[in-house]
Amino acid sequence: MELAISVIVGLMILGALYAIHAKDLLSAVIASGIVGYGLVICFLLLKAPDLAIVQIVVETITLIIMVAVVLDSSREESFSKPDTQGYVSAITAVFLIIVLFYFFKISVSVLDVFGESTLRMAGPYIEGATEKTGSANLVTGVVFDFRGYDTLGEATVLVTAVLGVLTILRIKGKK
Amino acid sequence: MKGMTIIVKKTTQLIAGLVFLYGIYIIVHGHLTPGGGFAGGVVIAGSFILLILAFGSDFLNLVKEESGSTLYENLAILVVLFLAVSGLLFGTRVFFLNWFPKGTVGQLVSAGMLPLYNIFVGIEVAASILTIFLALIIFKEEISE
Repeated sequence: MELAISVIVGLMILGALYAIHAKDLLSAVIASGIVGYGLVICFLLLKAPDLAIVQIVVETITLIIMVAVVLDSSREESFSKPDTQGYVSAITAVFLIIVLFYFFKISVSVLDVFGESTLRMAGPYIEGATEKTGSANLVTGVVFDFRGYDTLGEATVLVTAVLGVLTILRIKGKK
Repeated sequence: MKGMTIIVKKTTQLIAGLVFLYGIYIIVHGHLTPGGGFAGGVVIAGSFILLILAFGSDFLNLVKEESGSTLYENLAILVVLFLAVSGLLFGTRVFFLNWFPKGTVGQLVSAGMLPLYNIFVGIEVAASILTIFLALIIFKEEISE
C-alpha cells in the first residue's frame, strides 16, 4: 500500500509542477485536477471513504468552475523574464527546501508509521460510540454528536463565504 | 451563457434526476453508510450545475433561482442552529444534545437527531454551492448587458 501511495503522490507532484509551467492555462487547470483525483485514490487506500466522496465531488465542481473562468478570460499565461530579484528568490527557496527537508527527515523517524497512528482521544470515541450515538456510521456520530461545535462552525463558514461572494460580485444594487 | 447541443441536452435530462436521487440517498443514509450532509449536498448541487451548463442561462430563470437558493441556505442553517439549541431545553441541558429516542442501530429511522442534522446541513451545502455558481453567471451577464 505504501508503494501505491508513493507512486500516486509522485504523479500528483508531477501534475502540480506541470500546472505551474504549462503555457496553456486550460491544460494547467486540467493538470491541477490530477492533484485532486490522486488525493481521492489516496483517501480510498487509507480507508477514508467519507472523505473520498466529498473530495471527488468538490474537485469536479471546482474544475468545472475553473474551466469556465479560463474559457471566459484569456487562455495564455503572461510570462516575464526573471531579473536579479527573481534569481535571489529562487536560490532562497531552494535553500529553504533543503533545510526543511533535513529537519523533516529527522522528525519523521520519531513518528509512527504513516496512517497507523492513533490519538489518545480516539480510544474513548471508538469504544461504545455506536451505543452512545445510535449511529452505525462512526464518522457521522463524531461529526454531528461529539464534535457538533466543529460542524456548526464549518456550516457557518460556508454561509459566510456565500455572503462574501454575493457582496463582492454584485455590481448593481438589489431593487 | 449558451446551451450545448441536443445530444448533451438529452443525456443531461436522463442523468440529472439520477444524480439528484443519489445525493438524497447519500444524505438520508448518512448515519448508516459513508457519506452525509456535506457529501450529499455537493452531489445535489452538482445535478443543478449539470442542468444549467447543458441548457444555458436563457432557458432557466436564474435570477429567481438565485434568490430561492439564498433563502433556503439561510433557513437551513437557522434550523440546524435551532436543533442544536433544543438540546438546552431537554434532558441534561447541553448544547448539541442528542435527546431524540435512539431506536435500533442500523435502521433507517434511528440515531436520534443525527439524520435531521444531516438533512438540513445537506440542504444548506447544496444551496450554498449552487448560489456561488449562480452568482458567477448572473452578475457577469449583468455587466455585459
